[in-house]
Amino acid sequence: MRVVVLGLGNILLRDEGVGVRVVEALSERYGLPPEVEVVDGGTAGMELLNVIAGCDHLLICDAVKEDAPPGTVIKLIDAEVPAFFQTRYSPHQLGLADVLATLTLTDEAPGHITLIGVVPLDMELGIELSPEVRAVVGQAVECVATVLCGLDCLIAPRVPIA
Amino acid sequence: MTRITIDPITRIEGHLRIDCEVNNGKVTNAWSSGQMWRGIEIILQGRDPRDAWIYAQRICGVCTTVHAIVSVRAVENALDLEVPLNAQYIRNMIVAAHGIHDHIVHFYQLAALDWVDIVSALSADPVAAANLGAGLSDYRRNSVQEIRQTQEKLKAFVGSGQLGVFASGYWGHPAMKLPPEVNLLAATHYLQALEYQRIANRIVAILGSKTPHIQNLAVGGVANPINPDSQSTLTLERLFAIKAEIDKLGEFVNKAMLHDVAAVGALYADWTKYGAGVTDYLSVPDLPLDTKGTRFELPGGFIAKGDLASFKPITSYQDGFFRDGVKESVKHAWYEYKGDDRARHPYDGQTRPLHTGFEDNGKYSWVKAPTFYDQRVQVGPLANVLGLVAAGHEPTKRHLNRVLEVAGAIAQTEIPVTALHSTIGRIAARAIRCAVLLESLQNQWQLLIDNIAKGDFDTFNRPVFPKGEIRGFGYHEAPRGVLSHWAVIENGKIKNYQAVVPSTWNAGPRDDNDAPGPYEASLMDNPVANAELPLEVLRTVHSFDPCLACAIHLVDAKKRPIVQVKAL
Repeated sequence: MRVVVLGLGNILLRDEGVGVRVVEALSERYGLPPEVEVVDGGTAGMELLNVIAGCDHLLICDAVKEDAPPGTVIKLIDAEVPAFFQTRYSPHQLGLADVLATLTLTDEAPGHITLIGVVPLDMELGIELSPEVRAVVGQAVECVATVLCGLDCLIAPRVPIA
Repeated sequence: MTRITIDPITRIEGHLRIDCEVNNGKVTNAWSSGQMWRGIEIILQGRDPRDAWIYAQRICGVCTTVHAIVSVRAVENALDLEVPLNAQYIRNMIVAAHGIHDHIVHFYQLAALDWVDIVSALSADPVAAANLGAGLSDYRRNSVQEIRQTQEKLKAFVGSGQLGVFASGYWGHPAMKLPPEVNLLAATHYLQALEYQRIANRIVAILGSKTPHIQNLAVGGVANPINPDSQSTLTLERLFAIKAEIDKLGEFVNKAMLHDVAAVGALYADWTKYGAGVTDYLSVPDLPLDTKGTRFELPGGFIAKGDLASFKPITSYQDGFFRDGVKESVKHAWYEYKGDDRARHPYDGQTRPLHTGFEDNGKYSWVKAPTFYDQRVQVGPLANVLGLVAAGHEPTKRHLNRVLEVAGAIAQTEIPVTALHSTIGRIAARAIRCAVLLESLQNQWQLLIDNIAKGDFDTFNRPVFPKGEIRGFGYHEAPRGVLSHWAVIENGKIKNYQAVVPSTWNAGPRDDNDAPGPYEASLMDNPVANAELPLEVLRTVHSFDPCLACAIHLVDAKKRPIVQVKAL
């Protein structure tokens, strides 16, 4: 089994980069088994083909525009994800939608897709997350960790959780 | 008269809006407008210059690698810091492999669908398509079996109603002119290109540790320790694995891509008459062959009015002709300069937003208008190929002649080099450059192997920052053309930083003298058969490979009309 945890977003536009910050925090907080690959995808498009091709489970972390308060963490599974991308809440769906469509064409689309999204507050120029969004990075990481546990990936907290 | 506004949405790189006035089926005026503010340079102020590249590579989603490379070059230039040969060769290989990846993706995945009708390919005879391919080259993957498989796959894809990547093509548009067999052959290579661009990307990943954000750069060299005996470093085994990948790429680029481009060019010969626009061309030398950046594998320079005899080379990383010629105008861009509002040199550049709304005769873009000695110049693979030919670069002349010969044989007429000053010429030049980069990649690989064999394992010279102010610029001939970063450093911290990117040169609005930029100029006199479906406008804009901005084939999931047509 191969699992890809893909963080998307532009870290120069504050909360837009929350997906990247979540996967960074995941790697800091947990030791991950070799079948789990953590990728900082930034705002890349077709360059992600190699990374995503043929993985069994793709776990996307991204900023999502939803009708919910900033800092809300949402989770979508499989069929909900493409539908979600069709309605274009995510700023990055173009690149990723193209990649997923292309992988369908080459019969290498991920077996399953899960999206962990965080509703942003501030997408102005800057490298710091807004306090509201920074406060929920841990929650998003735990969402990802729960999904990984559900896939029987052996993840280990680097620091014992009190 | 009608006015067409094409305003696709993408936030990935700052999206592009194109406005055209159309009279009697022809474009008579055009505006190119960047619709997103990118004051990303401001983030770099006050930071450690050694870290600048890490931030700079996030400026653009598509061109991460090129911004990283040019950023370290700018800081090295300010320090007058030499870069070990191994580091130059490794960087050069990354640059070449990235360029090959980018050019393959552009031609097949982005531009080809403006010319190739996928739906028409479904009705083609696979045997006829295979025969056509055999007449073009001895490429082994033009077999009837592989072509038939492609056609069946496409039929299933189209039949499922899930068109995916092909969803927004202009199928059946009157400007689509290729016979079904050509469409099928091109579609077959479209699918194969997906494999080959990944091979190129894998080379970048092996050398750069990761993609999309390479991690091996450092001001002063690269962070790849070389040790022929250690598993954790850049070993000979890994280098030979890279060589095998390069050879696979070579077959596709030389036997499929060059011929496809020549065939499209020959069968759309009328498009050699449209899209020339600005014919002053600027390119920079790249792939340095010494530690100081005074000798290069690929020359570059300035060409005036399309005349190759006028070529004036840019010769080193210290080159004053390049350094002193660049300015950016904000007369028609949504910025102001404090003090003097006239065009400024990047060292004195400012990024102060001043949004006014879209004013046809005033400010209308977030992109500044760069000039070279106060003139507009076109950058990109066409400028690069013409510069290389003017400089007498043998591999470029050879690949150019091959494309012209194949196209001439199909069109049954001799095609002159001047046909390159056009929309189709920009597309052809990109494929020619791809073949040139492939040869360069092989050369750089050999240079690295030979240098390691001499016992030289150096990859890094430590930078030391002096007190006081220093300035430096770095340039790079990126897939979309001349990219330069300009850094002012004070007491080891960045004081000012400006990036003049290829899409700024080409997509910029009118300048201080109201002269149109290359996109705008190239759209003049373009035919438009149907204003509601302005495929011809897209062909010319896409021929510049405008990052992701216009590369999205007009998809908008909110179903908001992306093309708006107004009678004036």
